[in-house]
Amino acid sequence: MPRTAEPVGTDLLRIDDELSDEERLVRDTVRKFAADRIMPNIADWFEAGMLPKELAPELGRLGLLGMHLKGYGCAGMGPIAYGVTCREMEAADSGLRSLVSVQGSLAMFPIWKYGSEEQKNEWLPRMAAGEAIGCFGLTEPDHGSDPSSMKTHAVKDGTDWVLNGAKMWITNGSVADVAVVWATTEQGIRGFLLPRGTRGFTARNIHKKLSLRASVTSELHFDDVRLPADAVLPGVTGLKGPLSCLSEARFGIAWGVTGAARACLEAAIDYATTREQFGRKIGGFQLTQGKLAWMAADLQRAQLLALHLGRLKEAGQITPQQISLGKMSNVRTAIDIARTARTILGANGITLEYPVIRHANNLESVLTYEGTEEIHTLAIGQALTGISAYR
Amino acid sequence: MNIVVCVKQVPDTWSERTLRESDSTLDRDAADAVINELDEYAIEEGLRLAEAHGGEVTILSMGPDRATEAIRKALSMGADKAVHLVDDALAGSDLLGTSAALAAVLGQIGFDLVILGSESTDARTGALPAMLAERLGVPQLSYASKVEVDGSAISIHRLADYGYDTVEATLPAVVSVVEKINEPRYPTFKGIMAAKKKPVQTMSLADAGIDPATVGLANAASEVTGWAKRPPRQAGTIVTDEGDGGAKAAGFLAERKFI
Ligand SMILES: Cc1cc2nc3c(=O)[nH]c(=O)nc-3n(C[C@H](O)[C@H](O)[C@H](O)COP(=O)(O)OP(=O)(O)OC[C@H]3O[C@@H](n4cnc5c(N)ncnc54)[C@H](O)[C@@H]3O)c2cc1C
Repeated sequence: MPRTAEPVGTDLLRIDDELSDEERLVRDTVRKFAADRIMPNIADWFEAGMLPKELAPELGRLGLLGMHLKGYGCAGMGPIAYGVTCREMEAADSGLRSLVSVQGSLAMFPIWKYGSEEQKNEWLPRMAAGEAIGCFGLTEPDHGSDPSSMKTHAVKDGTDWVLNGAKMWITNGSVADVAVVWATTEQGIRGFLLPRGTRGFTARNIHKKLSLRASVTSELHFDDVRLPADAVLPGVTGLKGPLSCLSEARFGIAWGVTGAARACLEAAIDYATTREQFGRKIGGFQLTQGKLAWMAADLQRAQLLALHLGRLKEAGQITPQQISLGKMSNVRTAIDIARTARTILGANGITLEYPVIRHANNLESVLTYEGTEEIHTLAIGQALTGISAYR
Repeated sequence: MNIVVCVKQVPDTWSERTLRESDSTLDRDAADAVINELDEYAIEEGLRLAEAHGGEVTILSMGPDRATEAIRKALSMGADKAVHLVDDALAGSDLLGTSAALAAVLGQIGFDLVILGSESTDARTGALPAMLAERLGVPQLSYASKVEVDGSAISIHRLADYGYDTVEATLPAVVSVVEKINEPRYPTFKGIMAAKKKPVQTMSLADAGIDPATVGLANAASEVTGWAKRPPRQAGTIVTDEGDGGAKAAGFLAERKFI
């Protein structure tokens, strides 16, 4: 009989002991919410390719939406609390974490950072409460990794703006009450706020996705959309506007994916310690243990990386290259863990009865959005060599 | 209404819990610590009563430094302030000592209503609310699944096998609650931020005027004389359905008083 001892959980290094009381409370609150409200339904939502809208006000009441912003109904929490929230949401599902990321970092953040007082007062309190949903329109059908060559443009007509073009792959696009749309103008790239129902502005859902199914992805079309002068975000011109939002969101992704990876590792351990083949637990085979051990080591490295990024951000010192490194490395780690976990679950690994294939499929989107793995690789390559391989 | 909710920090029931070899007290460092689950229902009930009738909710917790975590959670849920009774001399106090210490603090800070969970998941005696009421000389309304306050009148539903009894008293009083009573709220992020600014008064034995000879392991009237690890879980019972599966399953449940 092989000797057995109590398993110790996946946080072998006790990295979570580094969290403050407040951050632990945030963690426990989100975990409990996910266990109560998300986990019982997520497989069905994923299968049906939908996300119930009433989740947004619930997340708003808890304070998740725009939690790292100050004022205007936002909780004003630190970057690590934000990271932990992303992690616990993504341990449930990347689609739900995307909802929180897009709302807080891509839609609320630009309004908070670059908006006028009127724009902030109009949108932020309702968005924080989850009563209004936002989306972020940067990617276009023909311009993904290279957004600087976007075709969507706005021209002045008197004091108004007239917007034309299209955006693609926009999370929350068709459910958004306000779209933050980036367009070229004579002055360079500017951000515009388009309320739902603005004449000439339409959104259509993208169907047949096999990844991030519990999240709405849409195309946006702008056909001579006339906008008043105060629709533009006054505080920023140029690509640094959208890129600064992406930095916020990518930071959350570097944390978030560790949640998905943890969920996969937990599922794999659980399965390995119950499933029997050849008369013994599959977790008793050295090959399985080797997989689990490396998954745990990789996960803990990713968690340390996320925590370190959090500390840098807290100190106000984080750079885009550091965020690129975190996004690139942690998403790759998470996807590898998800795929390895899937092998341990055998055939059960491909069903929605277990969380693993859902996470693995979701992570394919996470690998691509917010800057593909390749583009982040090139950003790091440029930081290391001083040579740009892509611009 | 001045409501005091007593809150205890206990080892997480999910983590492996052990007693210390040296003095047979619970090894609290070995396990993750959380608010005693039933106390969350007590906090929720306190908050609801304060919301409905006005007044303040004060959290009272006796425990080591680490208990500030539990206090912070209670404040994050919405309680107004807290008193933390913390003193090395309290370690290992039994029920008599704990009830004497809490009663001393309650006597000092005053109360209209004291609410507790009906038991803690660590010691599970369920006797503290009664002892506390006795020491304070006020009525106790135990195992409440519903609480109603009208002026100085209080009535509860006391959960019983056959349904419930309605028990009435006048304030001030001590109420202990069961989990049927409500659904505890989540601490919101704004609540977590606000909790940082809420007053937490730390009291020592001397501050509370507690005689050190009445508390602590050395003065406990009860003693742990022996203990053993829980035996490994027994294999479940398999009921074979021979056309009478439903009846057998019902019998199994009835035997255990589930139905
Ligand atoms: C589920 C989902 C949700 C999304 N949500 C949003 C959203 O809310 N808002 C938004 O604006 N966008 C969103 N996106 C779009 C996402 O950001 C883009 O898909 C991403 O930037 C890549 O663009 P692309 O798909 O056009 O790929 P392309 O840019 O066409 O890239 C195709 C491939 O070529 C590689 N490649 C491109 N250029 C280079 C180069 N110079 N060197 C080496 N390799 C290169 C890429 O890395 C990739 O592997 C979302 C995408 C998905 C899948």
